Amino acid sequence: MQFLQILIDGFAISSLYGLGAIGFTLIFGVSGVLNLSHGAIMVSAAVVAWAVAGSLNAGPYLGALAGVAASVVIAFATYLLVVRPIQTSRRIPREEKEIFVLTGTLLWGIMLQEAIAYFFTSNPKTVRPLIAGVVNIIGVRTPNQEILTAVLSWLVIGALWLLVNRTRQGKTLLAASINPRGLTLLGFELSSIYLFVWGLYGLLAGIAGVLLGAFLGVSSDNVGTLTASAFSIVVLGGLGSVSGSLLGAYVVGYLETITAYVISPSIRTIPVLLLLVLVVYLRPQGLLGRR
Amino acid sequence: MQLPGKHAAVLSLALAVTVAPGLARAAEPIKIGVIAEVSSITGAAIPQAAKLAADEINAAGGVNGRMIEIVEYDDHNSAADAVRAFQRAANQDKVHAVIASYVSEVVLALEPWSGRLKMPMITPGAASDVISQRVHDDYDNLKYTFHGYLASTFLSDSVCDGLKVAAVDGLHMKTAVVMSEDAAWTIPLDAEYLKCLPKIGLTVLDHIRLSPDTTDFTPVFNKIEALKPDLIVTGISHVGVQPTVQWHDQQVPIPMIGISSQATSSTFYKDTNGATEGVIYQTVSAPDVAVTPKMIPFTNAFVKRFGVTPAYCGYTTYDEVYFIADAIKRAGSTEPDKLVAALETTSWQGTIGKTEFYGRDHAFTHAMKVSPEYVSGLLVQWQNGKQMTVWPTEIANAKLTFPSFIKLPAK
Repeated sequence: MQFLQILIDGFAISSLYGLGAIGFTLIFGVSGVLNLSHGAIMVSAAVVAWAVAGSLNAGPYLGALAGVAASVVIAFATYLLVVRPIQTSRRIPREEKEIFVLTGTLLWGIMLQEAIAYFFTSNPKTVRPLIAGVVNIIGVRTPNQEILTAVLSWLVIGALWLLVNRTRQGKTLLAASINPRGLTLLGFELSSIYLFVWGLYGLLAGIAGVLLGAFLGVSSDNVGTLTASAFSIVVLGGLGSVSGSLLGAYVVGYLETITAYVISPSIRTIPVLLLLVLVVYLRPQGLLGRR
Repeated sequence: MQLPGKHAAVLSLALAVTVAPGLARAAEPIKIGVIAEVSSITGAAIPQAAKLAADEINAAGGVNGRMIEIVEYDDHNSAADAVRAFQRAANQDKVHAVIASYVSEVVLALEPWSGRLKMPMITPGAASDVISQRVHDDYDNLKYTFHGYLASTFLSDSVCDGLKVAAVDGLHMKTAVVMSEDAAWTIPLDAEYLKCLPKIGLTVLDHIRLSPDTTDFTPVFNKIEALKPDLIVTGISHVGVQPTVQWHDQQVPIPMIGISSQATSSTFYKDTNGATEGVIYQTVSAPDVAVTPKMIPFTNAFVKRFGVTPAYCGYTTYDEVYFIADAIKRAGSTEPDKLVAALETTSWQGTIGKTEFYGRDHAFTHAMKVSPEYVSGLLVQWQNGKQMTVWPTEIANAKLTFPSFIKLPAK
């Protein structure tokens, strides 16, 4: 029974981790930005969904939509107010730009975190579940929301796969991640590709945030942990590799769930961190990363 | 005798110079520093209640003509920030007393500073037994600290008293699992739970301590459910929303009863989307029952001003501002040692009961006296979005009722 419980819970949380991390890796792959405000954007989406669904009595669906919309807006703001000014600045030396972007997004994330705590308190919020109730899966009582979380995560991941591999716009993203200069020479406007990828990122982070808010609940205190978790998954899977991130998400999700059930929930994240150290030593490019 | 005009002017000026500083001193405000984590529901109630009490006292003329001024500091739930705020309050802002935090770790960090800076300090919500035990062990240095809320051991005893009537006698419950967060205040709480629960007839099947960082409680609830206890006895304050929502969403069929600090504020219902329905928590104050004549008027004034019912430490903070003012009036001074001596003889009928402190010889020096004569506990249950008192039976205004997914033991 415990095996089945671990299988189900691990699958749901891993799918959600995958969805959260995939946007993070996409931004890095296409524009070379490590966005350290990732956790703050996810939490903002969940808190907006909670506020709109609860305080404004708009219902869970409208709330969820508002949360995702907020995430897209904040993602654009992150790019236009923080990342792009640094990238286009002539006063910041080229070799220092990455570190400036890293610091800029980190500080932006802290500003978002403090704003959430100020306006909505740091108490955790739980987004109203889109489907309430539980079902019994071979003796394991599973909340419907948990199943929905896994299904929606995979639908979105599937849609992203179709977009990247089957559409012209998506293929441009792929090209931008491989050879941005070549793309520019072919007459593509890189800045509009970047805008598109940040919008896509906002969508992915927003959906992941709202689902997380409905599944486990979020608070402004979780911002750092969420960024760190996405970062760990992406490094484990290989920076910039989408399939690597998905594999990383499942390794992290299942390792955490097994630890929580078999050893103790209090040390849930420790084996993952140890594994990360090992990977950095033995295979620095990550599980599926290219050298 | 008639003074020439010039002399009269000089005399008036001399009089003004001599008397004015005295007048200025008389009007000097009494400053009370308030240190709390204002972005949390529980912590926010502390400065809010303090301001409410200060405004009422000032509207009634202050303390011997001196107004009360509340100086607020946000400690962000960090002991280091709290210590800096405390030092600033004492050295720079020159406050006369401090009301500090609902977090035991923060109060334990401030306690030595209260002694070093000779600054009277009261905590309105921290529970660790160690706060008052330290005062007992090192009275001369630490006598400036007062424990303005129930010590953890007293909290456990109060929960056990309530469970005896409500769960053991009323619902024929026989077994329990203790589930507490890992924090300073729950160490003595759990130790006492493990002693008092068997005494009232509840066998403790397991004792689980959670990391306050836990976000997924599914493994915890699964482990508990496998043991088939009749109830979960809680000790949670830093966590609250997530275990409650997951308990509800996963339809864990076991009632949760115990300390759940966040559940004491009415915003908890909104934060949990109503998942708190059926949760029972111990407290010394409830918004709906007149434990004392001051309780409901205070609750109403608080709701009118801040839009939510006060968390548990709102009630204690409100009383504390009043009895600090009373102690200053009785001491006739804000001088620390005189103020401490006056606080030690406090007998204040406030919102939660009569506050008096145990003396130097008691193991819990400067902790609040706990008994029906002074301050004692209630069990409150969330029912249809309202906090309803279900124990003690004499003052209860509702009977226990549970959500449909809860399975009660057969009678």
